[in-house]
Amino acid sequence: MDPLRPSDHASQAPTQNPSLGASGWLRFIWRQLTSMKTALVLLLLLALAAIPGSLVPQRSSDPNGVVRYRQDDPELYELLDSLQLFDTYTSVWFSAIYLLLFISLVGCILPRTNHHLKALKSPPPATPKNLYRLESHRLESLGASEAQEDVIARAERVLQGVGYRTRRYGASVAGETGYLRETANLVFHFALVGILLSLAIVTGFKYSGQRILIEGTTFTNDLASYDSFTQGPWFSPRALTPFALTLDDFTPTYRFNETSGAAEPLDFAATITVTEEGGQGEEVLRVNQPLAVGGASVYLLGNGFAPQVTIRNPEGQVVFSQAVVFLPQDQNLTSLGVVKVPDGLAQQVGMMGFFYPSAVTLESGALASVYPEPDLPIVTFNVFTGDLGLDEGIPRNVYSLETDDMVQIAGGDSENSALVLGLGQELDLPDGLGTVAFEALPRYISVDIHRDPTQLPVAIFSALIVLGLMVSLFVVRRRVWVRVNDSGSGTALEVAALSRNDDPAQGKAVDDILQRILKAEENRLSS
Amino acid sequence: MIEMLATYSLIGVYSAMAVYTLAFLFYSVDLSTRAARPAGQQSASSQNAGDTLTPEKTSMRATFYQRVATAMMMIAWLVHLAATILRGLAGGRVPWANMFEFGLTATLLISAVFLGSLLWRDLAYLGAFVSGFVLLALGIVTVNYYVDVVPLPPALQSYWLVIHVFVASLATAFFALGSGLSIYQLIRSRVDRSGGSLPRLMASLPDAATLESLAYRLYVIGFVLWTFTLIAGAVWAERAWGRYWGWDVKEVWTFIIWVIFAGYIHARATRGWRGDRAAWLGLIGFGALIFNYAIVNVFFTGLHSYSGL
Ligand code: HEM
Repeated sequence: MDPLRPSDHASQAPTQNPSLGASGWLRFIWRQLTSMKTALVLLLLLALAAIPGSLVPQRSSDPNGVVRYRQDDPELYELLDSLQLFDTYTSVWFSAIYLLLFISLVGCILPRTNHHLKALKSPPPATPKNLYRLESHRLESLGASEAQEDVIARAERVLQGVGYRTRRYGASVAGETGYLRETANLVFHFALVGILLSLAIVTGFKYSGQRILIEGTTFTNDLASYDSFTQGPWFSPRALTPFALTLDDFTPTYRFNETSGAAEPLDFAATITVTEEGGQGEEVLRVNQPLAVGGASVYLLGNGFAPQVTIRNPEGQVVFSQAVVFLPQDQNLTSLGVVKVPDGLAQQVGMMGFFYPSAVTLESGALASVYPEPDLPIVTFNVFTGDLGLDEGIPRNVYSLETDDMVQIAGGDSENSALVLGLGQELDLPDGLGTVAFEALPRYISVDIHRDPTQLPVAIFSALIVLGLMVSLFVVRRRVWVRVNDSGSGTALEVAALSRNDDPAQGKAVDDILQRILKAEENRLSS
Repeated sequence: MIEMLATYSLIGVYSAMAVYTLAFLFYSVDLSTRAARPAGQQSASSQNAGDTLTPEKTSMRATFYQRVATAMMMIAWLVHLAATILRGLAGGRVPWANMFEFGLTATLLISAVFLGSLLWRDLAYLGAFVSGFVLLALGIVTVNYYVDVVPLPPALQSYWLVIHVFVASLATAFFALGSGLSIYQLIRSRVDRSGGSLPRLMASLPDAATLESLAYRLYVIGFVLWTFTLIAGAVWAERAWGRYWGWDVKEVWTFIIWVIFAGYIHARATRGWRGDRAAWLGLIGFGALIFNYAIVNVFFTGLHSYSGL
């Protein structure tokens, strides 16, 4: 049995459409949807539809880019947004294309699978009358010393020996090989469906959370400990297995490039103590080396400095002492951080800080960092007093300072210059508010902790895709017939082949089979 | 030391380009003189796709010019190989970590696949296309994308990068040869349709159907390799960024190219699409590949800070 193909497959003869009744129309539409041409057009549409997402920033991968787009050109933004171009891959039109494609795919492969299962059980087709019409055809005369029956039996054994399924038809034998091609093709297409279904169903169990971890501190895996957290609709907090991570040490390695004058990062390594129910162990986390802990994966996303800042009131009592996370702004880790002191001083105090790991003074008098390592670490603070806005119950970003309701008392246009602190130094705050000290310089890392249960099924289906593809593209579906003709002058052996697809080795295969039959013949004669 | 190796490598690239130029000239002369021979002596032009020419037979049929051209091609390839290895030594790593190096390795593989294919089939008529393409690509890459040897940023330090990019360049090599055949096929079928006599340059080439089935086999190998590229890229992305697929710009284009070639394979099995249309799809796929490399790497922003520019 030939593999089943849509009626517009290149191997099928063109057919006339019969006149249609109502159910005929339905069948017609279904046939159109599951035709080769539809699949082809939908594939090309899918490729086209994927392009805009690479031209316009996407909310999913580049949210800041989208915000910038909106600021730069609000009108164009409105237009593109109404076309869902900032969410290309979840847009209605993109989804419509791939859903139609997969409906077409399922409609195509289900009947093919059914047909193929039957083909696997049915014998090779009967020997055509005129074998000489086939592309590869060989005719060889034999000594007339043997019964037709014996030659055919031997030919059958030869065919079976090289992997053909056979069936006798009178003075001939038919063989067919390469059923695996269709099987593999179906496996390939089913695996595509498998990937789509895994994504559709299992994605709901995903979660991912981010957390900043300062050297010497510990993170415990529960919802409240994350700085930010996103979850699929079917996520339950019980999926968070209990474990703890302590950042013992973080060491970046840089190389100074003399030509460009820039520091090139060579390696980022975080030493982490992992505490699980089973016990404790030390692990190294690197950029390309996530840690697997408690069913989740821990990734190293970023790093920076968290200067230890201590503020005392005029009586010398500590009112604030914390390692403050400064966010890097450039390659040399010039960083920005904010200190908020709502209580303990005469007024609420907010400080906007810059941190320079290797500070130099530019001609303009401004500071800059020239290297990402702490060779000459300096923090500067602009100081504000007034209302920090923390009491209104509005969540405030810890990395930004709302200065609308505040008065600047140091730095900027105020009468005092900004506070400039080296490591280990302490300075007075203006207006006799107290003192501020820069006491230590731990580093921090930011990690992403997540569990993506789609990974396993997608990996399995991807492996099936590759496997199916390789087998189906390189296995040949081929039929070979061997017939013994008795004519007046003796016995002649006829071998011919027909392949269902491109078969560069057909001629060779036919020659090979013929030789094997002749060889078997010789062996018999000589023994 | 590093600078010296990099300089030698660059000298190697220029020398290879000089020899590729010679190969290109000889292949071109070969195409025109082959056609000039009387029909009886012509090489197997309408060979059936099913029958293989053995290597001896081809070399016996090869003209003097073609043999010189192929010898030049081999010398150019060896020099090119040496230049690529020196570049790798200079960096102390595989020589495909930025756009310049990728171009260097991909063109090396195009030549290698072409030379290797000569053992399989008489594809020497593709020599003019291959040597010309490699020459042009090497020139463009060296002039526009050359960067000094720099260490890899941590995000690119992964053996998945090694696999991903190497398989991508190997796939590129097969797609390049396939598209060379597609171009020949389209010219040939246009000539056939117009009913005119074959131009001299085409006279010794196989017919359109043979060219198509050869092209198909090269594209299909390229497609399998590209599927690997896509998957290895996803594994790398998973390790580096914590997600295996995020519709990053480069991921989008890898996907687009994959879908176009899936479309090509389907087209070859669809009535009315086999032939010219399928050939066009193959060319569009290869065009997307070049676009991805030359334009997307440089002008589109994304996580793959790969170009090194
Ligand atoms: C999700 C989209 C699809 C992709 C990526 C895809 C990909 C492929 C690839 C790579 C092949 C060649 C490899 C092989 O034979 O296993 C192939 C073959 C095939 N596909 Fe698809 N396909 C898709 C959808 C469809 C649909 C919707 C149909 C039905 C109309 C279909 C029908 C076929 C057929 C019949 C073949 C065999 C061609 C032949 O006879 O040589 N495919 N497909």
